[in-house]
Amino acid sequence: MRITVDPDRCVGAGQCALNAPALFDQDDDGLVTLLTEPGADQYDKARLAGALCPSGAITVHEG
Amino acid sequence: MTYTDPAAPETDPPAVDFPQRKPGVPFPPPDYADYRDRKGLVLSQLSDGKRVWLVTRHEDVRAVLTSPSISSNPEHKGFPNVGNLGVPKQDQIPGWFVGMDSPEHDRFRKALIPEFTVRRVRAMKPAIERTVDAQLDAMLAAGNTADLVADFALPIPSLVISALLGVPPADREFFESRTRVLVSLRSSTDDDRMAAAKDLLRYINRLVEIKQKWGGDDLITRLLATGAIAPHEMSGVLMLLLIAGHETTANNIALGVVTLLANPQWIGDDRAVEETLRFHSVADLVSLRVAVQDVEIAGQLIKAGEGIVPLVAAANHDENAFECPHAFDPSRSARHHVAFGYGVHQCLGQNLVRIEMEVAYRKLFERIPNLELAVPTDGLDIKYDGVLYGLNELPVRW
Ligand code: HEM
Ligand code: SF4
Repeated sequence: MRITVDPDRCVGAGQCALNAPALFDQDDDGLVTLLTEPGADQYDKARLAGALCPSGAITVHEG
Repeated sequence: MTYTDPAAPETDPPAVDFPQRKPGVPFPPPDYADYRDRKGLVLSQLSDGKRVWLVTRHEDVRAVLTSPSISSNPEHKGFPNVGNLGVPKQDQIPGWFVGMDSPEHDRFRKALIPEFTVRRVRAMKPAIERTVDAQLDAMLAAGNTADLVADFALPIPSLVISALLGVPPADREFFESRTRVLVSLRSSTDDDRMAAAKDLLRYINRLVEIKQKWGGDDLITRLLATGAIAPHEMSGVLMLLLIAGHETTANNIALGVVTLLANPQWIGDDRAVEETLRFHSVADLVSLRVAVQDVEIAGQLIKAGEGIVPLVAAANHDENAFECPHAFDPSRSARHHVAFGYGVHQCLGQNLVRIEMEVAYRKLFERIPNLELAVPTDGLDIKYDGVLYGLNELPVRW
């Protein structure tokens, strides 16, 4: 699995940082940053963040 | 035998009454379940005769709130006007960005995001705890009964937002008294609300001038420093923060207390916050939209200029998105609820609200463990008028 984030689309709702804090953070502008690629035990968290993000700023590439 | 003329214009489904909360009908109303089961969307009509499409399935509500063919701008012809939130002509104040579309909207949103990050609002927690404690001190000192709406649920968000904006402590009582008038539908008239809104606008404008001159460690000062928002737009931005975050939060606090008293096994469990937001969905009629191009949602063609009302309470009680949606069950994963909307307008204050609610429930039940309702549950004074679902008052004792 691989994750890409698009800070240009991010609306700073913070769903990612709240629900998957090991993977995502908000930078000084409040926009998404990817902290690390998910390990196998974090796939569910990554999918959750991808599904919750209201602006489509997080893409989870399976496989 | 029925004969269908292939050339006849497609007929619309029969229109249903526009949703309105009524005594004796639970919220969300049972009609929503029927609407969710229908094919396509449900046509309704506003009191001014305008056609609007009701959207009730979780998946369809998300589709509407992310469609580029659908606008939040009330100036578009056909935008549904479902009544006012208590303040006149609020959408005509410059800076009222919830009524703008991208990219215009994004300039405001981007400037404000840093103020509402998860980290930033967590840092506000100790101050929120002090605010909640002070409210409880006053309640406990006053006796063993209270109206939890007036004495607890309403002042907390008002005091939190005034601290965030940098309202000096000496002015917070004034600020709180004026915001209270805006949301007290029962005890204040339209004239009272208009006067209170004017007082607040005047006050906010003065505050912006003061911050321009002297600055401080607050949102207004930082926002001015970004240069992204013009001083004349500040009052709209600040009024929006105030209004969007006041009654919504208060109603959730009060309704959540009722639900926790009825389900005491969940008292002390912070997961109750997310489930309360989903379960009560107080902002059912808030995310109003209009199609600006023909667009298809759930197989239904919505024509440009037709109004759209995504009913978030219906979406949050959709069996296809939540198992046993009518049960209050904080152990479920309710995170994908749309109580804060979805898409680029998804609530900016959501992480602040989560902390306010968490602290409010925690402190209330810790400090008053023998709290109980002073009226029967079926005698609660529910807001039937007004856009938001909530309680006019909540008598309690201990
Ligand atoms: C439980 C309490 C709250 C609920 C249920 C709630 C609900 C909502 C909803 C449904 C929207 C989307 C409106 C739309 O789609 O047109 C929204 C937007 C917004 N909310 Fe909240 N809200 C709450 C508290 C707050 C607080 C405390 C603040 C700020 C201090 C706030 C600030 C905003 C702002 C600024 C917007 C507009 C965002 C934009 O247009 O980008 N809200 N809220
Ligand atoms: S959930 Fe999406 S919109 Fe919200 S902060 Fe994360 S990336 Fe940005």
